Amino acid sequence: MKYVLMFAETPQYAEDLAAMGDAERQAAYDDVGRWFADNAARITHHVRLQPAHTATTMRKLDGRADVVDGPFVEGKEIVIGFVEVEVADLDEALAMARSWPACPVIELRPVAP
Amino acid sequence: MARLPRHRAPPGRALTVDGPHDELARVVRDHAGHLAASLVHLLGDFSAAEDLVQDAIETALRRWPTEGIPDRPDAWLFTVARNRGLDVLRRQARYREKLAQLQWPSRTEPDDRLRLLFTCCHPALPRQAQIALTLRTVCGLTTAQIAAAFLVPESTVAQRITRAKRKITDAGIPYRIPSDAELPERLEEVLTVVYLLYNEGYLSSTGDVAWSRRLAGDAEWLASSLAWTLPREPEVLGLLALIRLHQARVAARFDAEGHMVLLPDQDRGRWDHAAIVDAGQLINRAAALHRPGPYQLQAAIVACHAEAPRWEDTDWAQIVVLYDMLLAMAPSPVTRLHRAIALRHLAGPEAAMDELDELGDALDRYPLLHATRAELLRALDRPGEAREADRRALDLTANPAQRALLEDRISRP
Repeated sequence: MKYVLMFAETPQYAEDLAAMGDAERQAAYDDVGRWFADNAARITHHVRLQPAHTATTMRKLDGRADVVDGPFVEGKEIVIGFVEVEVADLDEALAMARSWPACPVIELRPVAP
Repeated sequence: MARLPRHRAPPGRALTVDGPHDELARVVRDHAGHLAASLVHLLGDFSAAEDLVQDAIETALRRWPTEGIPDRPDAWLFTVARNRGLDVLRRQARYREKLAQLQWPSRTEPDDRLRLLFTCCHPALPRQAQIALTLRTVCGLTTAQIAAAFLVPESTVAQRITRAKRKITDAGIPYRIPSDAELPERLEEVLTVVYLLYNEGYLSSTGDVAWSRRLAGDAEWLASSLAWTLPREPEVLGLLALIRLHQARVAARFDAEGHMVLLPDQDRGRWDHAAIVDAGQLINRAAALHRPGPYQLQAAIVACHAEAPRWEDTDWAQIVVLYDMLLAMAPSPVTRLHRAIALRHLAGPEAAMDELDELGDALDRYPLLHATRAELLRALDRPGEAREADRRALDLTANPAQRALLEDRISRP
């Protein structure tokens, strides 16, 4: 099955990352690079998004299309990227998510056939 | 702890589980899981297989009370499920072919029901759905029976099950035993479901007594099936021991008039001492695996009570030590409250009261906190405050046996 793993950042995670020294931050990035390398066989597509302030959302209601600044969820957890993976089942996708070394929230959803 | 919400709805077409129905329920339970497992394995479709089994169970519950339980109930259930499948799955040729080929008895593996259990208790499903799905698929209860047992409308249970099955199929929740790396976490999820089921059966007297008995019995059965397939998982043994120890004392928990009898006043001669010995052996087997856990510790605490010949012989020092270990492993205000209750017998009511004062905020809506406070206040000769605390406890509990006990205390001069 194909799943999309959507990675979301929390304010705490963003702060922690900002507070790191260069070497420490580089090590965190290296962990992410290693995760991608380890899972290369399963990852069919991946995208990293620009930060939340670049987001624009369109809400369509009653024939109107309102365009507003900001991401579509008015929460503090911001989607920062996603990967599409090809795995056997949800448990395999969850195992990948468990080994993800960066931001703390991950939504997993199957891709529609 | 998560509890299922209770609505006082009419239980629908509830079957009583007394008398011959006990036997009927047991036969269904013994075979439903294996049949479900065989069909899931064969069809590769959890939801379709589960529907067929449920249908066969409902047919059995309609016909067996008048026709009698067949000599080969498993073959009977299988035939009904297969015929139904050939009928309803007419358009799905691949299922029909598979069903037509299936012979009974099919090759069942000992871990069949375990797989079912891991699917039903998958963490991607909401807790209430895990419980309902486990009861239906693994224990063979009908939707109406689950609704009656939890006093919720049948449509609510039906909807939970439909949604859960849709999620299993659409989200790709697998039907298999988790890998070694995943097992501890997933097993914890399964044990939580069994434990909640047992608690619901043991504590709730808001529903039908027979239903509570049935739930407690199903939970014990699930725990013993787990212990049989996973004999080297100490927490499984611990949970089974815990349930056995509670079950061993069930007969002494209520007097002839149905009033609750608290531990110090229970007639220990009515406890099932063979079951207590058996639970002690389970605890020892678990301990020999050198991986302590919360269920093992809880079982050890209950064993301290169960093994004391008289209330006065209770080893409170040991119990307090076990509570300390439990708190180090799984901190919880409810556990601290229980430790304080034990501490009273070791260090006196004032020491226990100090502990309770620290828990007031966290457990303000927990009836046992106030009932315990009342007992301590009585021991400290402060009867006015004690009565007030009992009243607060009474306001917070819906359990009729607990209410009767508190009302009795409040009315005493």
